[in-house]
Amino acid sequence: MIPELGSFSLILALCLSVILGTLPIIGAHRHNVLWMSLARPLAAGVFVFTAIALLILAYAFITDDFSVSFVANHSNTLLPTRYKLTAVWGGHEGSFLVWTWMLTAWTLTVGVFSKSMPLDFVSRVLGVLGLLIAAYILFMLGTSNPFDRIVPLPPADGADLNSALQDIGFIVHPPTLYMGYVGLSVVFAFAIAALLSGRLDAAWARWSRPWANVAWAILTIGIALGSWWAYYELGWGGWWAWDPVENPPLITWLFATALIHSLAVTEKRGVFKSWTVLLAILAFGGSLLGTFITRSGLLTSVHAFASDPTRGVFILGILGIFLGGSLLLYALRAPLMKSDVGFGLFSRELFLLANNVILVVAAASVFLGTLFPMVYQAITDDLISIGPPYFNAIFSPLMMLLVVLLGIGPLSRWKRTSGSYLLQQLGKVAIASVALGIVIPLLVLMEISIAATVTLILAVWIVLSMGKDMLNRSSNKASLIQGLRSFSLSYWGMQLAHFGIAVMLVGAGLTSYFASEKSVLLEQGQSTELGRYTFTLQDSYPIEGPNYVGSRTDLLVQRNGEEYTILHPERRVYVASGTPSTEMAIDSGFLRDLFITLGEQKESGAWSMTLYIKPFVRWIWLGAIFMALGGSIAAADKRYRRLRQRKSAEQQAASKGAAELQPAS
Amino acid sequence: MMKPHRRKRLGIILFIAAGLSVAIGLTLFALSQNIDLFFTPTQVAQGEVNPGDRVRIGGMVREGSVESAQDSLQVRFATTDYVHDVDVYYEGILPDLFREGQGVVVEGSIDPNGVFQASRVLAKHDENYMSPEVKAALDAAGASADNHPMQPES
Repeated sequence: MIPELGSFSLILALCLSVILGTLPIIGAHRHNVLWMSLARPLAAGVFVFTAIALLILAYAFITDDFSVSFVANHSNTLLPTRYKLTAVWGGHEGSFLVWTWMLTAWTLTVGVFSKSMPLDFVSRVLGVLGLLIAAYILFMLGTSNPFDRIVPLPPADGADLNSALQDIGFIVHPPTLYMGYVGLSVVFAFAIAALLSGRLDAAWARWSRPWANVAWAILTIGIALGSWWAYYELGWGGWWAWDPVENPPLITWLFATALIHSLAVTEKRGVFKSWTVLLAILAFGGSLLGTFITRSGLLTSVHAFASDPTRGVFILGILGIFLGGSLLLYALRAPLMKSDVGFGLFSRELFLLANNVILVVAAASVFLGTLFPMVYQAITDDLISIGPPYFNAIFSPLMMLLVVLLGIGPLSRWKRTSGSYLLQQLGKVAIASVALGIVIPLLVLMEISIAATVTLILAVWIVLSMGKDMLNRSSNKASLIQGLRSFSLSYWGMQLAHFGIAVMLVGAGLTSYFASEKSVLLEQGQSTELGRYTFTLQDSYPIEGPNYVGSRTDLLVQRNGEEYTILHPERRVYVASGTPSTEMAIDSGFLRDLFITLGEQKESGAWSMTLYIKPFVRWIWLGAIFMALGGSIAAADKRYRRLRQRKSAEQQAASKGAAELQPAS
Repeated sequence: MMKPHRRKRLGIILFIAAGLSVAIGLTLFALSQNIDLFFTPTQVAQGEVNPGDRVRIGGMVREGSVESAQDSLQVRFATTDYVHDVDVYYEGILPDLFREGQGVVVEGSIDPNGVFQASRVLAKHDENYMSPEVKAALDAAGASADNHPMQPES
């Protein structure tokens, strides 16, 4: 009975979201205040009923209700309770419910934190989000209802959660990624609302910016968590595989990064309006594409959901309607977006435009590489795959170029900057970066390494040009400390995020070129060497967990002949599904990770295993944390709040006037 | 005569068009250099793959074909579409989900003796999920998921 209440609750949410998607938008068009004022309560209603559905699904998991097909396929009585809860998003149906619920949560948040915006604008934003929610719930009810029952005979026990998903990284990765994805829908809704109302001005950009920054920051963390999870759980020793499921979040992230930069130009200078709107649409399209690729099973990937063609068609339909519709609207409204303000050849506008072009080209080339196999198959009927070398060959030079510009952009001025000014500002910085980039690897490695040199030159370039900019900006203050205090939060946010790029660059560059690995077969007492480390297999013995059995090994690690640590990689078989799984042993450090994956045990008792040394690998995720922090801090700038208060006072006065003038309709 | 601002605009457009064509050209070149073609065991048996070319082959791991050396990491097995077999040699650790009777994709090249030297072995981490390559190989060979008992349900 209770699962049926879940379905019922979803149907109610669908009805409310359909009303939310129609009445407020029509109301905004006809200046009907009553219809517009329905938007906020409706958004709350949709949220409540979707949340009830989600709670009911969680309840079904906790009470082991295996008559519900989704629970039976993704849980088991032996599964620890925390994993029963996280199994809610361990499969297609449940994760889509979480996704939709998050969209309703964002919608409600917009409703609450939009008191300062004009009512017609808020109604349009919430209305667009309502349409999107309606489409998602319809998709859920039509093709993948998480509350479907197994009739007439439910299984006695469930099939268990995929063992790779029984893990802390998995508990947090998908919700974070969804949260970021869905946050971009909000920015999309702002853009559509602006197109609908014909008001594409600096105010619209200012309203969008904090939302875009927060969504971007969450997306950054979501992708980084995915990379971290894949690194320590999937055990192939890498942190990014250019897998078709990893690529759409990256494409979306690249668009979103371009978007937050373009929004800055639109807010400050009133140019790039049409481009900003297009980026908002593209970023949203990227998030839908991610859903489509993951859930349609069209591409080979390590973590696609089991496929069902009707779902793919349905999502493609949503993609077509929303993208096609918004692009059509975009085309109709294009004349409104003309901007008459010009800018010079060297100006901050131009550097930000270059940033956008590079990011969009990078996104397009990843997109091409991801979808090319599908297109190729459709045309020639041959199956192909595009390997990492393609992506690395395209992506690395683009990012290098981007980093060079990253040093110049913040120092350049709006409207017009002379080339000689930039040279005077950055000449010494450039020389210092090159010098440090060459000297540091020489001192540390005692040999010339082009990869390390290039990586360090670029990283030092970012950091030094940031320092130069901060010095410049505080030069008219009494002291440096006072100067630093005077910077706005959005400036600190930008610098922090750019610093994160430098940190991530060091991590990615050095890990890719200096990682070492070795596959060996070790008998008890035997040892092998890798780099400065000696690994000795001391012992192996059987273990038993709540829902698995397996073997555990003791590996003594010595550094330069002295005992350093003992690592315990494991090999498990999950009882319910019979799935084997490797538990990596990782000794993580600031400067390097030691990483061991266990293979199989031979009849002689010897174990096969792969040993890895990954220098600076943590810096990749550390950089992502800095970037996300930067985005959040920038969104908290008091400029957005202050304007909000002032605006809201004006608005109240204005809307009072409007209400009085409006005849009752 | 064109007005100066028109000429400037035309210049910008030409510049963007030239930049775009270079970018597209380079991307397509990089793409064409990095395509791994996929073959089924039957296609390999018919001699469609030249020795030395880097390709991918997908099929099922033939039951009873896996021989792993006891004193090294060498493994031999046969991948099959239940019509033809391809012998595969691999040195390294097989993925967790590698099992007899399950789908597998191998990447590498065929040596002059007709043995596939795999540089990478891929098995999917969701058991209920069969990669499109393996599915296509089996479909092409006429062995569908319904009539072979050893296949994972999909």
